[in-house]
Amino acid sequence: MGGIPTATADSEQQPTDAEPPVLEARGIVKRFGHVEALRGADFTVRRGEVVALIGDNGAGKSTLIKTLSGVHPPDEGEIRVGGRPVQFSTPVDARRAGVETVYQDLAVADDLSVAANLYLGREILRSGPLGRLGLLDKRAMRHGAAAALDELGVRIPRVTTPIAMLSGGQRQCVAVARAIIWATNVVILDEPTAALGVVQTGRVLDVVRRARDAGMSVVLVSHNMPQVLEIADRVEVLRLGRRAAQLRADEVTTDDLVAAMTGSTGVDRDER
Amino acid sequence: MSSVEATAGTQRGELSDWFRERISHAVSEFTAATALVVLFIALTFASPYFLTADNLFNIGAQTAVIAIIATAQTMVIITKGIDLSVGSVAALAGVLGAMVVRDLGFSLWAATAVAIGVGALAGLLNGLLVTVARIPPFIATLGTMSVGRGLVFIITGAVGVYGLPRSFQLLGNGEILGIPFAVVITVLVAVGVAFLLSQTRFGQYTYAMGSNLEAARRSGIRVGRHLTGVYVLAGVLVGLGGMIAASRVNSGQPNYGISLELDVIAAAVIGGASLFGGQGRIVGTIIGAFLIALVRNGAVLLDISIHYQQVIVGVIIWAAVYFDQYRRRRLESRG
Repeated sequence: MGGIPTATADSEQQPTDAEPPVLEARGIVKRFGHVEALRGADFTVRRGEVVALIGDNGAGKSTLIKTLSGVHPPDEGEIRVGGRPVQFSTPVDARRAGVETVYQDLAVADDLSVAANLYLGREILRSGPLGRLGLLDKRAMRHGAAAALDELGVRIPRVTTPIAMLSGGQRQCVAVARAIIWATNVVILDEPTAALGVVQTGRVLDVVRRARDAGMSVVLVSHNMPQVLEIADRVEVLRLGRRAAQLRADEVTTDDLVAAMTGSTGVDRDER
Repeated sequence: MSSVEATAGTQRGELSDWFRERISHAVSEFTAATALVVLFIALTFASPYFLTADNLFNIGAQTAVIAIIATAQTMVIITKGIDLSVGSVAALAGVLGAMVVRDLGFSLWAATAVAIGVGALAGLLNGLLVTVARIPPFIATLGTMSVGRGLVFIITGAVGVYGLPRSFQLLGNGEILGIPFAVVITVLVAVGVAFLLSQTRFGQYTYAMGSNLEAARRSGIRVGRHLTGVYVLAGVLVGLGGMIAASRVNSGQPNYGISLELDVIAAAVIGGASLFGGQGRIVGTIIGAFLIALVRNGAVLLDISIHYQQVIVGVIIWAAVYFDQYRRRRLESRG
């Protein structure tokens, strides 16, 4: 598979100002019946950066993530990948454009092995006529999975272990690794450490750092402000369905983040 | 804890993990196989008629129908579904297979093709009800069960289809080198489906859908199409099983297969298929089918009433599902 090498090969480590954002949302509107979850939201991800997306409950984080991953096509607005406008009508469209998402709860198939999960929907088939009959090349997938996990520093007993037998942290690492391996542009992580302990959280964040260092862009949705400041390069704040602020993580404190989320400072005040 | 202790602990943990991983699938199969052997030996002592060539031939043919239809059921159960319509559909397929031979002069093979086609259509109906109409499998196939049985009685006027040529019996009572023809078909079906499930992408998707439908969908698997495919393939096997059953009694019986769904669900679950989806192997199902057939056969030989057989099968289902849940909890308690 080798998603990480391909991700680095054709990308530059340091983004230039001329390079368009790898993923960009402009003026996204999304309504559910009478509820307007997103009211012209903007969002920007540049190559090789970790962007945290934060916001109070109901600010529209999940909805924005779902439009960016093709689950909820937006009612209005534009999504651009590498500067080119794209239409994400299904999750498959988003994945074709190199945007992979790890959802909070539905990340993996518990009964399948680690290797099978990493290749789910992208199985390697045997070469020749047997492959055309749908015959799996399990050996190639085992080797590929082991190599990719090793590269990301994900430690699990064996790639043949069913996911159900892994710990919560290992499970989440596999889910995150799966997205990183296949993504060519952006990995979106929705609350990847919400259910994890301290050590396990550290492992997941290590995987994220390695991916970023390899040139991958990562979007991280999180409620954990210290964690956001620890891992993110930039923070985008969503409030009432719109972007309320764009901040550099090394220039702000958790108090600033909370203030931006709740709107108690004057950063980009709401229209009344 | 010192680092040496930590390392040793990890190694021991990994070893036991490895062991658990190896045996987790085989444990139901091993239990079922043990029960099968014990029952076999017990019946050998309990009845002088048990270990006779005739009776073993009979058990083989009897197991064949249960095993083929239980194989179909296993595929559906792996997807976290259930097919309650197998008995009705098998009866419909058998009756129509018999009718085209009697009334239209079809050959046995053409009639078998008709029966398989009937099964496939019923499977397609089940699949579309589940995927397009989004009716839960339990209810969808419950409806098909009722509709199918109704159609069988309407078509036959509730009278069996008799007057078939002797050649009609080949599928159910014929033999090759002393092995029942039906057993040969069963082996081919079981090996074929086991291969499909364990070695192909279709099989991989079947387990994935049963394990986490939403994850499968978001992985780009066209779950509607694949799920429907599973039901159609299951229907094909049910049609084949119905035809063999009709062939065995050389007639199309409108009330064949009533409560057959219990036998085949029991066979699948005994063999390790999980009603929670994502788990199940054909080798286990075949063992389970043998066990059920032995229970039925033994009950007949020992003159136990058919009503007690029902009780026994029901208790077996409870035990198997309880065991499955217990196993799942053990497995997931690690978290």
